[in-house]
Amino acid sequence: MDFLILNQLGYPVLSTLIFLPLAGAVVLFLLRNETTAKVWSLIISIVTFALSLPLYFNFDITTYKYQFAEHIPWIPGFKINYTLGVDGISLLLVLLSTLLTPICILASWKYIEKRVKEFLFCLLLIETACVGVFSALDFVLFYIFFEAMLVPMYLLIAVWGGPAKVYASIKFFIYTMAGSVFLMVAMIALYLNTGTFSIPELMTHTYSFNFQFWVFLAMGIAFAIKVPMAPLHTWLPAAHVEAPTAGSVILASVLLKMGTYGFVRFCLPILPQASIYFAPYVFWISIISILYGGYVALGQSDMKRLIAYSSVAHMGFVTLGTFLFNKSGLEGAMLQMINHGVTTGALFLCVGIIYERSHSRLISINSGISKIMPVYIGFLGLFSLSSMAFPGTNSFVGELLVLIGTFADNKLIGALTIPGVVLAAAYMLRLLQKIAWGGQGNPSFKDMNLREIVYLVPLAIFVLWIGFSPGPFLDVMHASVDHLIQQVQAGSALALVK
Amino acid sequence: METIISIRPILAVLIASVASLLIMFTPKKPNLRETWSVLGAVGTFLTVLSMTPQVLAGKAFEYTPFVILPGISMKFRVDALGLIFGTISSFLWILVTFYNIGYMRSLKEHAQTRYYFCFAVAIVGAVGVAFSGNLFTLYFFYEIITIFTYPLVAHHQDEEAYEGGRKYMVYLTGTAKSFFLPAVILTYVLAGTLDFAPSGITKGIFPADANPTLVTITYILFMAGFAKAAIMPFHNWLPSAMVAPTPVSALLHAVAVVKAGVFCTSRVMLSVFGVGMLNSLNLGIPTAYAASFTIIMASVIALTKDDLKARLAYSTVSQLSYIILGIALLTPSAVTGGLIHIANHAFSKITLFMCAGSIYVAMHTKKISEMSGMGRKMPFTFAAFSIASLSMIGVPLVCGFVTKWYLAIGAMQAHQNIFLVVLLASTLLNTAYFFPVILRAFFGRPNEEVQVPTDHLTPTNGLQEAPAFMVIPLFLTAIGSVLLGLYPDYFMNIVKAVDPDYLMNIVKAVF
Repeated sequence: MDFLILNQLGYPVLSTLIFLPLAGAVVLFLLRNETTAKVWSLIISIVTFALSLPLYFNFDITTYKYQFAEHIPWIPGFKINYTLGVDGISLLLVLLSTLLTPICILASWKYIEKRVKEFLFCLLLIETACVGVFSALDFVLFYIFFEAMLVPMYLLIAVWGGPAKVYASIKFFIYTMAGSVFLMVAMIALYLNTGTFSIPELMTHTYSFNFQFWVFLAMGIAFAIKVPMAPLHTWLPAAHVEAPTAGSVILASVLLKMGTYGFVRFCLPILPQASIYFAPYVFWISIISILYGGYVALGQSDMKRLIAYSSVAHMGFVTLGTFLFNKSGLEGAMLQMINHGVTTGALFLCVGIIYERSHSRLISINSGISKIMPVYIGFLGLFSLSSMAFPGTNSFVGELLVLIGTFADNKLIGALTIPGVVLAAAYMLRLLQKIAWGGQGNPSFKDMNLREIVYLVPLAIFVLWIGFSPGPFLDVMHASVDHLIQQVQAGSALALVK
Repeated sequence: METIISIRPILAVLIASVASLLIMFTPKKPNLRETWSVLGAVGTFLTVLSMTPQVLAGKAFEYTPFVILPGISMKFRVDALGLIFGTISSFLWILVTFYNIGYMRSLKEHAQTRYYFCFAVAIVGAVGVAFSGNLFTLYFFYEIITIFTYPLVAHHQDEEAYEGGRKYMVYLTGTAKSFFLPAVILTYVLAGTLDFAPSGITKGIFPADANPTLVTITYILFMAGFAKAAIMPFHNWLPSAMVAPTPVSALLHAVAVVKAGVFCTSRVMLSVFGVGMLNSLNLGIPTAYAASFTIIMASVIALTKDDLKARLAYSTVSQLSYIILGIALLTPSAVTGGLIHIANHAFSKITLFMCAGSIYVAMHTKKISEMSGMGRKMPFTFAAFSIASLSMIGVPLVCGFVTKWYLAIGAMQAHQNIFLVVLLASTLLNTAYFFPVILRAFFGRPNEEVQVPTDHLTPTNGLQEAPAFMVIPLFLTAIGSVLLGLYPDYFMNIVKAVDPDYLMNIVKAVF
């Protein structure tokens, strides 16, 4: 257990973060009033966020080991343990999840009119699953949280979604379920080979290339669906378009990260040889995702669909950076996960805000509002610039790191990503131009109210903070990324010896 | 080179930024709003001015507010090269602010708050470009200029304005993202830093053993990425951008935006690659040929334009390449000529554009063919126009001559006499497209069919000039053109301070 640094905080911080939202969700059913329910879940989510901050402030950036760890034997017969811990790779994702939940609750304050308690229950349940996924260090535990995410997310789309919600939710469910089956196969294969479910322990074993090849393929499909990588992305636009605002935000900001996180947590350290073998394929699929996502986004008339396709392109940068196996590529990819969460989440919130006024997501219906809603245009402008990786915003730093890593590694691949960067500017500027100036504008729209400003401001702060001073966010990653690169190199060196 | 750590470089940018915010928050009080513009302009200029003595003494101001990544930071640096551009954009902003007031109020333009706000942010961008200490900061402000000048170009919000604006964005962001950004990344991969060379223009930042092919590719990407410099074939956005209100064309599309492009080109050639690297890779002369092609072609196209602003736009495309030509020749005199032209062209071309706007406000015409005899009704405007034209042509006593003198010597120093032919041909072409305007205005018979509305102006003594808010600034810049022709020392001293060892010693050796 030398890779765990047991929790020093005096209370089980990660367990608290996982089970406080769950407990809060259960209490919801005791509450009569819907407003009370909203206030209650808002308080719970804010308290959870506040309790997650000590993770950052007490995080030891000098070690790659898993910190705040909790280790309790759970099913000893199968060596399944309740093991939690965060390292530089998962820390920020946990914080992102706890930050976004209160924002989502605020964004749904007026939007959700029916079955409010059930909606809030689902949201809090999702938070539990998210934090669980990113802090689980036991494969079975990870898998349970990975699956636990599915049902409330399915309900969010199926119950509170738009007109084609049934189609979208079923598609979402089938795709992710199919991926999960592959993940389970991979998990069992690893267990039968090593006799352990402990993720850090799995990293220390060596496997034959043949074994790595097949396990990588199984995991790769599971995670590629989540990311999503073209051509497995088709569930995403449908799910995004139909989901309520909060659902889209969670989906884009947290759920997609489970895929890329899976690659970083499982594929690279456990299966280094297969990762290196598959890297060129991942490059090409990433390039296709970047170009295809960007190109299709350019042609969209629906705001949400446009942002959904832009997600496909942005996540292409993340997978590209991940499989470069160099420091700037990996750190760029991990920063880009956070950036995508902040920026795309904020863009979906912006769509939600305008949707509450016009009840339409079409660009043509919402266009020309620069004089009517100047504050809104200010926020939309900032987040659009961030999404197109304008210098001084968060995405620029992330993309720059990925591009530096790419150009250092392979100039051809680097050159091929550049059209994707140009496309991002094209579709975001087109959206911004049309919304701000494209038409007459509906004068009955009201500019953003205080509640809406309150939940966008934190995200705006992060956009600029990471954009100008990414140090605090990158520092926590260094040790873990260095260790990860060592693991990959050691694995490949081993292959050479054989 | 001695470096002074000081917040003054950032202060210049900050004052303009604060002014833009104040403009945004006082939309209902036009006089107060325009006061912010004036105060912002004056404050920025004074800050720039306060740094001049030390820079002339060979020092540089530096400030790094943010470190983004190792080797990549938000870094401001005021050295002589940046000071040339910074001085000009901030000084001319003062004059154009008054001109703006005259123009926008005479024509009762809409969305004036947005207009002044974007105008101020564009200057923030220009001063930021001038005072960038590394490629990241340069890229940041370069993009700021692009984004915030779009609302100015598309100001009229009609079909034509959107079309011009679209072209503007496609060209400028397209090239910046496709070429400039990869060039920055390649530079970082090759050199490990984005900071400009700390002193002098002979040594760049690339290590001596860098792969020459990759360095050449990086160079080509940079040249293609700076579409704001309007080297052909990346010039087409500039004529389209003429749909903007004339003050925008005057300050931004004759000075701030295009000079940002040219300045970036110069900065990259001199402070990233360095004269030594460009010489050893033989990159200077091909660049000079590209610039020469642009000089000649743009002048020929200018001949065919009847719209005064379009003719001026092509003239700008042509004149910008003088600057690039000078630097690309890589000899001390040529570099001096190129850099001094940043100032000379700014004063003369802004005069010409302000004249075009003044003619439009007073006579409601944009076409040269309709300007017959107007010189007698608008003597001040056309006098200024004539002076500035002479400067463009390169007649002695006006500042354009100084440029051509140094460029010609520089071409001879480089033993590339073909560029003398280019300069000569260009001078003839300049004459051919400017003189007819002057002749027609002063000696042509007034065209009776052209109805000039007079209700918005009060003609006095048979004159029909634009408001004094407009005529005085344009007359001042015309006088400026003459003063810079007679006493080029102010900017010449700054130019020489860019690299005294390189630019002064060898000049003496040649003469």
